[in-house]
Amino acid sequence: MRGLIRKLKTLPIPTLREAVDFGRDTLLSIPRTPGNYLTAAILLLGGLVTILRFTIGIGGVTNLDDANPWGIWIAFDLLCGVALAAGGYTTSAACYLFGLKRYHGAVRPAILTAFLGYAFVVIALHFDVGQPWRLVYPIFLSQGTTSVLFEVGLCVFIYLCVLFTEWTPAAFEWLDGRFAWFDGFINWRKIRNFVVRLTIPLTILGVILSTMHQSSLGALFLTSPGKLHPLWYSSFLPVFFFVSSMFAGLSMVIFEGGLAHAGLHDKMDQAHLDSSHEVAFGFAKAASFIMAGYFCMRIFDLAMSNNWAYLATGYGILYLVELFGFVIFPCFLFAMGSREKKLWLVRFGAVMAILGIVLNRFIVCLIAFNWQLPSDERYFPSIMEVIVSVFIVTCIVTAYRLICHFLPILHEHPDYKDAH
Amino acid sequence: MHRRNFLKLLGITGGVAAASGTGIHKASAASAASVKRNPDAVGVLHDSTLCIGCRRCEEACAVVNNRPGPEKPYDNRAVLDTKRRPSVDSYTVVNKYPGQGARPVFRKTQCNHCQEPACASACFVKAFTKTPEGPVVYDPSLCVGCRYCMIACPFTIPSYDYDKVLNPLVHKCTLCAPRLAEGKQPGCVEVCPTGALLFGKREELLDIARKRIADAPGKYVKHIYGEKEVGGTNWLYLSPVPHEELGQPVLDATSVPELTSGALGSVPMIAGLWPVLLTGAWAITRRKEKVSEEERESAVSAALAKASAANAEELRKALEKAAKDKENALAKAEKDKEAAVAAALAEAKAACEAAADNAGGTDAAGQEQAADAANAGTKDGGES
Repeated sequence: MRGLIRKLKTLPIPTLREAVDFGRDTLLSIPRTPGNYLTAAILLLGGLVTILRFTIGIGGVTNLDDANPWGIWIAFDLLCGVALAAGGYTTSAACYLFGLKRYHGAVRPAILTAFLGYAFVVIALHFDVGQPWRLVYPIFLSQGTTSVLFEVGLCVFIYLCVLFTEWTPAAFEWLDGRFAWFDGFINWRKIRNFVVRLTIPLTILGVILSTMHQSSLGALFLTSPGKLHPLWYSSFLPVFFFVSSMFAGLSMVIFEGGLAHAGLHDKMDQAHLDSSHEVAFGFAKAASFIMAGYFCMRIFDLAMSNNWAYLATGYGILYLVELFGFVIFPCFLFAMGSREKKLWLVRFGAVMAILGIVLNRFIVCLIAFNWQLPSDERYFPSIMEVIVSVFIVTCIVTAYRLICHFLPILHEHPDYKDAH
Repeated sequence: MHRRNFLKLLGITGGVAAASGTGIHKASAASAASVKRNPDAVGVLHDSTLCIGCRRCEEACAVVNNRPGPEKPYDNRAVLDTKRRPSVDSYTVVNKYPGQGARPVFRKTQCNHCQEPACASACFVKAFTKTPEGPVVYDPSLCVGCRYCMIACPFTIPSYDYDKVLNPLVHKCTLCAPRLAEGKQPGCVEVCPTGALLFGKREELLDIARKRIADAPGKYVKHIYGEKEVGGTNWLYLSPVPHEELGQPVLDATSVPELTSGALGSVPMIAGLWPVLLTGAWAITRRKEKVSEEERESAVSAALAKASAANAEELRKALEKAAKDKENALAKAEKDKEAAVAAALAEAKAACEAAADNAGGTDAAGQEQAADAANAGTKDGGES
């Protein structure tokens, strides 16, 4: 590797040197911290399992079988991934559509996270589906319009394009004047300004698409009243998934804000730092309201289906733990934290809310799914499935760090102070 | 209120995953509702009172579908002691259940070929098709391998080639659609030695099943499994014991496509309503911003106007004061001039008198000098 980099650095072609030379940063100048060593180890391990997945097949690396066709690659990578990437549409809608301009500093990081989240959802699907090279079939070849999954696929595909477009201004600002050979025939500023003008329509489109596919992920399980436990099966599953995605997104913005402060503080400008606490408190307040509403909806649903008797069973305890420990408790933390202006309370609430989302998606997709099967026919993930999921998360974090390192995400570009 | 009706209501009032009436209608039409009414659709009736668990059907199925077959031979009856399910290697299996008396009950499992198939409605590439003849068939060239059909199938029938790397596919019974096209019966039915499997038009099979129940009271439970389950299936079952005891799930008459049609029907509603509401929200925000901007501007200009009025007043005062000062100064200068003139005159007069006292001859010169001094005094006073 060292040799390769040295070779690259001594290449005589000036344009290529320009292409690999991002200032003075190279692979070798990555700080040798324990976190970075861990990242490298996970990426290496994930790479190995990836090779296994595509050489010995799904059966060789997963514990999936005919009765349990979906495992954590769907429950975590797809369902949690999409729900936790909801920060993109919630933040941009709050800022651009509902006029909460003071959250401006949060929009770019949220859009980037959402874009990376969705991009890696799609990458993770390549592991899960049997023939990933056919993933474009539902969009371009044979549209199964009666399928909820078709709606999910189409919305995710279009939304990925929307998020990418929303993210590009940061890239254009970075590209502007950086590479000499573009000068003269590409006017980055002009392109960037054009995309910025699309902000409002793109934001509206993003909210529509998110409403559709976030709810459709819940609708996926409407097919299976016989397999999903009655405490979670509901004709309101789509509404629950959509409403919970809102506070999932808000919580992720708060949580990430905390993480980014710890790791990327030097990349933030004063405007971002000044607004970030206000963003955390504002989002916590909004999330606490939504969670209170979500809690009520879940209880109303329980009452309407008259499923009270199940509360006395083991699944009932799980239901109560989910609802009280991971919905009402974080809701309370958010309310307290935003009222008392206590950042640690708000961040603790965000962690609990995110865990609650993960728990909910795991319950619906795995724990309460096939609940009537005898325990030896139930699914538990293999170590390699877990490695792939951790690998995907690590890829997202690494990509996020890389992009924030180079592009104006957590700070405004000095040449583009006007408004992004 | 029925929950779906509630959903409809929610859809009208702008709910999220709710369904419009047309949405439900369309989504249902998109499923196999039209096929449902084909009176000539074929099916199979499995009468478990006649089944002896010989597994000849399993063998015939493997031969017809070119499957490798099991490790243990088909005449190994010990296999029946463990519960099995259809798999990639065998599209049908026979399981043994305790039954009521000494005699166990055998039931064959395979795809039931639903009239409104969950797999077909769930597949996002339309790899499954419900044919008007009855079979639900699968197109392997389209399958992406998402396995949603396996999640959606209420009988958990489809199985997957997890161990294949390049071309893993979903496998399930085809109701021998290729053989039906040749005018033959399904492989399993053809080989059944006891007549436990009966092939025919679904409508006729239902009549036969009803007649069997009526003719032999107490022999069967009064339920034809598959007549109404998930909208009806083309495989039908008669049993001497409740069907749950044969591992058949208790299912509603609602078909799976109907379960998701509400959510799918809400898509056009969201696509229609959301842009209006969101653009509205944006417009309200814009208007609020504009109004506040205007308010700010008018406040600023009012403040400016007030400030300039105050300035003007001050200026006026200053000017007035300056004018007064000038007047005062002029008056003072006038006074000074007069005083100076008077003083000069007085001096001249005194000088004249002194000169007149000293010498009469110098009188004229002294008078001239006094007039000069008086003139100079006037001039000085005018200039000051």
